[in-house]
Amino acid sequence: MPRHNKIEKSKDLKGSSKKILLSLKPWITPIVISIILSFISAYISLISPNKLSSLTDYITDGLKPNVSEEVITSIMTDPNISDSDKYSLMSLQIDENILSKLDELPTPIYNKIKPVMDMDAIKTTSLVLLIYFTVSALASYIEQLILAKVTNNYGKTLRNNIISKTDKLPLRYFDNHENGDLLSRITNDVDTLSQNLNQGFSSLITLSVLFIGSIIMMFYNNFYMAITGILASLIGFMFMGVILSKSQKYFVERQERLGNLNGYIEEMYSAHNVITTYNAKEMVNKEFDKINNRLYRSSKYSQFLSGIMQPMMGFIGNLGYVSICIVGAILCIKGKITFGVIVAFMVYVRMFTSSLSQLAQIATAVQSTVAAGERVFEFLDEEEMPKEEVTSHLDISKVKGSVEFNHVKFGYNPGKTIIKDFTAKIKPGYKVAIVGPTGAGKTTLVNLLMKFYNIDSGSILIDGVDTKDLSRENIHELFTMVLQDTWLFDGTIKENIIFNRTGITDDEVWEKCKLVGIDHFIKTLPNGIDALVNENDTISSGQKQLITIARGMIKETPFLILDEATSNVDTRTEELVQKAMDKLTKGKTSFIIAHRLSTIKNADLILVMKNGNIVEQGNHDELLKKNGFYAELYNSQFEN
Amino acid sequence: MIKLFKNLNKKDLLIVLACILIMLFQVWIELRLPEYMSEITRLIETNKDNISEIMMQGVYMLLCAFLSMISAIIIGYFASSLSASFSLNLRERVFKKVNDLSNKEMKEFKTSSLITRTTNDVTQIEMLIAMGLQALIKAPIMAFFAVSKILGKSIELSSIVGAGVLILLINIIFIMISVLPKFKVVQKLTDGVNNIARENLMGIRVIRAFNASKFEGKRFNKVNTELTNTHISITKTFARMSPIMNMVMHSLTLFIYFVGSFLIVEAKMVDKIEIFSNMVVFTSYGMQVIMSFLMLTMIFMILPRANVSAKRINEVLDSEIAIKDGFKNKGYEKGTIEFRDVSFKYPDAEGYLLKNISFKVNKGETVAFIGSTGSGKSTLINLVPRFYDATEGIVLVDGVDVKDYKVASLNNIIGYVPQKAFMFTGTVKSNVKFGSKVKDEDILKSLKVAQAEFVSKLDNGINSHIARGGTNVSGGQKQRLSIARAIAKNPEIYIFDDTFSALDYKTDLRLRKALKKYTKDATTLIVAQRIGTIMNADKIVVLDKGECVGIGTHKELLNTCEVYKEIAYSQLSKEELENA
Repeated sequence: MPRHNKIEKSKDLKGSSKKILLSLKPWITPIVISIILSFISAYISLISPNKLSSLTDYITDGLKPNVSEEVITSIMTDPNISDSDKYSLMSLQIDENILSKLDELPTPIYNKIKPVMDMDAIKTTSLVLLIYFTVSALASYIEQLILAKVTNNYGKTLRNNIISKTDKLPLRYFDNHENGDLLSRITNDVDTLSQNLNQGFSSLITLSVLFIGSIIMMFYNNFYMAITGILASLIGFMFMGVILSKSQKYFVERQERLGNLNGYIEEMYSAHNVITTYNAKEMVNKEFDKINNRLYRSSKYSQFLSGIMQPMMGFIGNLGYVSICIVGAILCIKGKITFGVIVAFMVYVRMFTSSLSQLAQIATAVQSTVAAGERVFEFLDEEEMPKEEVTSHLDISKVKGSVEFNHVKFGYNPGKTIIKDFTAKIKPGYKVAIVGPTGAGKTTLVNLLMKFYNIDSGSILIDGVDTKDLSRENIHELFTMVLQDTWLFDGTIKENIIFNRTGITDDEVWEKCKLVGIDHFIKTLPNGIDALVNENDTISSGQKQLITIARGMIKETPFLILDEATSNVDTRTEELVQKAMDKLTKGKTSFIIAHRLSTIKNADLILVMKNGNIVEQGNHDELLKKNGFYAELYNSQFEN
Repeated sequence: MIKLFKNLNKKDLLIVLACILIMLFQVWIELRLPEYMSEITRLIETNKDNISEIMMQGVYMLLCAFLSMISAIIIGYFASSLSASFSLNLRERVFKKVNDLSNKEMKEFKTSSLITRTTNDVTQIEMLIAMGLQALIKAPIMAFFAVSKILGKSIELSSIVGAGVLILLINIIFIMISVLPKFKVVQKLTDGVNNIARENLMGIRVIRAFNASKFEGKRFNKVNTELTNTHISITKTFARMSPIMNMVMHSLTLFIYFVGSFLIVEAKMVDKIEIFSNMVVFTSYGMQVIMSFLMLTMIFMILPRANVSAKRINEVLDSEIAIKDGFKNKGYEKGTIEFRDVSFKYPDAEGYLLKNISFKVNKGETVAFIGSTGSGKSTLINLVPRFYDATEGIVLVDGVDVKDYKVASLNNIIGYVPQKAFMFTGTVKSNVKFGSKVKDEDILKSLKVAQAEFVSKLDNGINSHIARGGTNVSGGQKQRLSIARAIAKNPEIYIFDDTFSALDYKTDLRLRKALKKYTKDATTLIVAQRIGTIMNADKIVVLDKGECVGIGTHKELLNTCEVYKEIAYSQLSKEELENA
């Protein structure tokens, strides 16, 4: 099941962060460039309010009439201004409407006292600001383009690494780990990692610059106002912190209940037929309602609590804002600061509160990123199969086909021996059957022969060569193996039969299909051998098994292993397949593990296994005469 | 999407209405903030000794901010309860609908897809409501109020704000058009990556045995690269968003100041201060207008994904169920089954899986079906509990066409045991009882008949825990519990779909003997692969490539039916067959 934005804590924050950072090394150049770019745009956001504040000052300077004593004297002493004009200025009464009266003054005087705005300064400042903004936007755009490539390719590399890692791990690893867990590492964890890096990386840098910068700028502009702004915001944050810490449990609860619900749904959908035929819908629906309602409650509260954040942030912002305005007003009236400083502060306080709150959000994102990375690297750092010391090579065309087991001892887990002391000699061209009750170690034997696992002691020889000295690939080359689980990948029947062989024609594929007797069935499919194989398709498990057998037949090798390969196939088809196989394997050594004893009656050698040892061996007639364990197994099918 | 929202009930709509009203208040009060701001600005500018007045204004402003926060929290509460209850109901509807689906639809949708539709897709829509509802209501209200505040104050400044909005909108629309179709592709490719990864893990032995790691690696790399490239192209398009947004927002203030300075220069002295405070107001209201449009874009970010989810959910809810309920509760006879000229093919396939099958089963008879893989034996008995309906011909149970039964009534007559035993999380008891009202002693009896004595050896007997998927019991044990489930139901007709193959010969034999004794009157249909399992059946139906090639007893068929003979000899020798 996918994990839904679960807030996961990492086990080793420092170590795992380091691993993640180190794994980014191949992209160091673009990352450094994007860091520089985000620094540039953050720096511009930081300094532009000051420029904006000086722009404001230029404008406010041009608001008030120029009525200093100096100007008045110059008007009075100006010989070019008529006495009546001078009189109109002198007779002005200072009251509410003073400004409109000033407007009506005669032009010569008006021109002297009218406010003067430094338009050149305004133009240059505006131009500088426009350049700032453009540069900042370009820098952050380029930065994001770079990061888009880097983080997505990073995710791709991780996914590919995980897949190729699965190839290097001993099978033992997969025995002890669930597939679902691995899958969620490939998809969810890698996604979390690459997306959070994409969004978080630049914001982390930008926000840090803004956060520290806004503090510096505030103090640089005015000490008292800086203290006011920071204090007001921090009080708000503390309040928010209290609420957040209390809401944590709802998030955890929601996650759990969502998991429960998903589990229940999965279970019930898979058992759809049973539910229908047993008229159990009502019961199932009732149980579902219960689980669904439980989720509703925790989901409502967790949603609400996370929704509270935004308005609270808004209030904190306003609190800082108002405090700044009031303190600023006092200082402004006292003439300690200009109005422009207040304007600048308004921006810095917003910058401070929003960067702080976003940093807090990123902190949780960092936690889950590191946790995801930890899970990915935990898998990538898993111990691989020991390197093989390959000293020999068997040429597939020259192999005769003898196999020898010498006192083989093996257990999947240390201390739990499954194969205790296995010795057998198989001559070239033999058809060997391995029978015995479940858990006797039949499949294990094959696993060892294929070198899927390394044996604990003893030796296995192929054509007299110890498998220890052969590479796994070399051994696999010699064997055709068809397993009980019918593994088909998502593709056409043809693709599945050809698999990784090359140069196989359609005719050959049809021929193999005919050999295993599924040609009739395939012809009924809409696209014949190009029909898609899907888990829920019309192809039954028996037919799937026949396809895997056909796949095995495409590969021509001196050895053949059928591990319950026909357990899903009816006996008549099995016989057909057997005959076809026999033709193919004439003179080749084959190992057959079978549940049904009818399949193996004509084997040259039957190995009867019980508890990891061979208790009897011989051919069918010999073993029946012995009237031992084999005979008992065999006869139970006729009791009536 | 709209279709889904039609299911909101009156209470939900009332909540939405309340949200709108509170939102109106909240926006109104929020927009008062710039007014206080400009008042404070004016007070500072007029340079009077009026700190106490500034303080007053500040307190008012804070009060407004506080009220705005409180209303936002209330709205948040409404929105979250609305979204949670919406998803509660939607999930329930989807779940129940899926339970009603027939095998045909189950196969078309695929179980894994139905699971994501019930879980992830519903969550997506829940998210949209939780986050989107507020934005959707707030944005237009805010835009309306803010526009009305600045409207008529200054054409020059208004047009700057308008230009800003226009640039943003064009940008967003452009991004959406180029990104929207890619979301679907991403979903598909993600599934592909998942699929191949899963295949790799499942088939690890086969892959290694065939030295096919490189082949698989290439296959994986192909989808992986496709996925990555699509991701990159989406991220790149989105990368335009925030720089342009920032640029517009910053430039807005700049241009208002710049244009404003020219206006001030040209204005009369009496108007100058008013124009200036207008400027300040414009910067903040202009910002509000832009913010409200940004909020809408946020919805557009979630909307495409949620819309895809809504479509997927609607597909399930609207799917027509192939198996239609009939009206009859009871048949005319008891324990009989008849196939009249029945043919079957899957709707999308060409070839018939069953052709012209006819036979009749009388009460208390045991009828076995045998044939090669793909001969159609499972398909045949699947027609009895109506997993599928016959393409041609009719299937009668107790003398009534199965299509005329109420599905529930038909199921009451039948005890079906599938090839693959399903165990549910719970106890042995809950698994055997499953849906029916059975007494404990009957459960014990059924377990005994089903040869499931192992239960008594478990720590808690029939109350022992069964893990999900029955992973804590063996395959054979699961199969026996699944058989006990059918026995506990005490049906008229038993259907065993290849149930016995998982049992060893000894258990198979004992079970069938016990069952025969326990269910003397019951009719039994058995699909089997082993001759031994069916030798004693009253009737054996031999199928080959979808056609019935022989009906009769074991002895009869050995003499008359070539296919049967082949099957029998493939399992047992001549002497063995004769001795049996």
